[in-house]
Amino acid sequence: MVSVGSHKNINLMAYSEVTKVEGYVGNFTVTVRKKARYVKEADCTGCGICQEKCPKKVIDQAYEAGVGYRKAIYTPFPQAVPKYPVIDRDNCTFFQKGTCKACEKFCASNAIDFKQQDEYVTFQVGNIILATGYDLFDARRISQYGYGRLANVFTNLEFERLSSAGGPTGGKIVLRDGVTVPQSVGIVHCVGSRDKHYNNYCSVICCMQSLKFAHLVKEKTGATVYNFYMDMRTAFKDYDEFYQRVLDEGTLFVRGRVAEVTDAARQSGEEGKLIVQVEDTLIGKQRRIPVDMVILSAGLEPRHDSKQVGHLFGISCASAGWFIERHPKLDPVATMTEGIFIAGCAQGPKDIPASVAQGAAAAARVVGKVQQKEIAVEPIRASIDKERCSACRICNNQCPFTAINFIEAKNGARAYSEVNPALCQGCGTCVAACPSGAIAGTVFSSKQITAQLNGLMLLNIGEAVPA
Amino acid sequence: MAQQFEPLIIGFTCNWCSYRAADSAGSMRLKYPPNIRLIRLMCSGRIDTTFVLQAFANGADAVLISGCHPGDCHYVEQNYKAQSRFLLMRRMIAQMGIEPQRLQLLWASAAEGTIFAAEVTKMIEEIRKLGPLNWKGGQLSAVSHQRSAIAEVAV
Ligand SMILES: Cc1cc2nc3c(=O)[nH]c(=O)nc-3n(C[C@H](O)[C@H](O)[C@H](O)COP(=O)(O)OP(=O)(O)OC[C@H]3O[C@@H](n4cnc5c(N)ncnc54)[C@H](O)[C@@H]3O)c2cc1C
Ligand code: FES
Repeated sequence: MVSVGSHKNINLMAYSEVTKVEGYVGNFTVTVRKKARYVKEADCTGCGICQEKCPKKVIDQAYEAGVGYRKAIYTPFPQAVPKYPVIDRDNCTFFQKGTCKACEKFCASNAIDFKQQDEYVTFQVGNIILATGYDLFDARRISQYGYGRLANVFTNLEFERLSSAGGPTGGKIVLRDGVTVPQSVGIVHCVGSRDKHYNNYCSVICCMQSLKFAHLVKEKTGATVYNFYMDMRTAFKDYDEFYQRVLDEGTLFVRGRVAEVTDAARQSGEEGKLIVQVEDTLIGKQRRIPVDMVILSAGLEPRHDSKQVGHLFGISCASAGWFIERHPKLDPVATMTEGIFIAGCAQGPKDIPASVAQGAAAAARVVGKVQQKEIAVEPIRASIDKERCSACRICNNQCPFTAINFIEAKNGARAYSEVNPALCQGCGTCVAACPSGAIAGTVFSSKQITAQLNGLMLLNIGEAVPA
Repeated sequence: MAQQFEPLIIGFTCNWCSYRAADSAGSMRLKYPPNIRLIRLMCSGRIDTTFVLQAFANGADAVLISGCHPGDCHYVEQNYKAQSRFLLMRRMIAQMGIEPQRLQLLWASAAEGTIFAAEVTKMIEEIRKLGPLNWKGGQLSAVSHQRSAIAEVAV
């Protein structure tokens, strides 16, 4: 990210949102809303004193997944690019109560600007890559797993923060009380995935991520680890080897979908524990396994706004909400809209190596287009036969691209309508609407379509193929 | 036992959605009866009333017009125009003595191969129940017999 941030040909716009896209490949006009961060980027040196001095601590729901804190003025994490912090208006004492301004007082370069407004910038681009990623499945939706109700049920994202050396516990794996090291841990695969009540697809990353968790727990705590899985999907290079290694480390694997996680003890040894109720399908028995900590491997979901984003850029989503590629095998990063490419989890669940590969592929496709300098466009256009046009103007308001101009009668010449081929997109609606049959559509002419119609009914056997 | 009536249906599909839905039904190896024959248009907005009438006149038992879901048209709003033509044509064919349900409209996005296959199957069954088109205006009932004769040979 640092090299992206400092590359002379890359204009990085963080804390910004695309609000409008117009035009077509080679010629998109994009409007971006740069949200007010209340920090002047030109003056900020990224020294971090404002974050240090800000008196307001806020639970960090984003980067720390709710298990750590940040200030009301903050960067998401210390290495974030760009280095400029943002003021979280809803939690800033000055914005809420009108006093404080500690950040402003301590900022040596006068970079704080409480009056900053959102700014709209418009620029031209030739191609667009969408890599908007995914949302994490909300584990609260499966209430029988107890997340949000039972303190020591964690999500995968929370566990990532717990096990990270830069996280709130400095990488110590502990229970919600912040001190107790778990003696036993249950890891539940496929939470919200491959389940017709939630998402019927496989989230791809959960198996490997759960194996990684098992390895980390073993390494850091020596606890007994149970992985509850449906099928083990370790399909890529070196992945199954990692599974073998986790097996050798002594992690216990129970094949079956977990029915419930509960704190209601029924038999001795269960008091004070979380009990994982599961059908072990390999031995055909119901089991109750008491553990100290449960980690739910929540799956990946399309972003909640993927339909709106798709609409904004003129591409479509599959029914679940993943962006649709032009062809699943032969054109996996292009879309049906020329000049718009997709990469990463926005296209479907995948892990980092696959996301990186798609990102590189999409970038290469764009470079290819840029170097081509010219692009071939579909020759499908409408054109009006001036002689046959009765100037009725019916077609004029059929066109959503305002490609049809009406030419007024002048100097004895008759009025008529004409198509601007640069604006026409070739939908053919005007062709069908013209009562005089004066509009011709290339490639999809009435003659061609009629010939197809007759052909499908085997009426034109032996006839000449129309031009 | 009497031979089962096999209707012939012409489907006009949009390049961006339903044509791809049909394609995706194919790549998913979904099956639907072969009674429908598809013509690709760039957009459902290209549907011309004369195509529909010609199809009926040539002996099609039903016509399907399909396009992108409302709001999803690749050309902004042309599917709404297709829809108004569809409504108009339904009334028109009714006046000409053709059962209105012989003309149907289906919204199917490129991702909806399953829906496309299911809806087409449903339509074929519906038309099968309705029986062959019996339209005095159709100049071609003779031709249509001829057609089935040719079809048999072709099969
Ligand atoms: C708990 C957990 C652990 C994981 N562990 C691993 C692992 O160990 N190894 C591995 O390979 N994979 C792992 N993964 C999977 C990995 O997170 C994904 O494969 C990867 O993040 C996908 O990258 P991406 O760039 O497609 O999407 P993201 O990383 O989701 O990035 C998308 C970015 O786009 C931004 N964005 C979204 N919409 C907009 C918009 N409209 N305008 C501007 N910006 C927008 C988002 O804010 C985000 O920064 C894990 C996933 C989870 C949940
Ligand atoms: S592009 Fe599909 S109906 Fe218009």
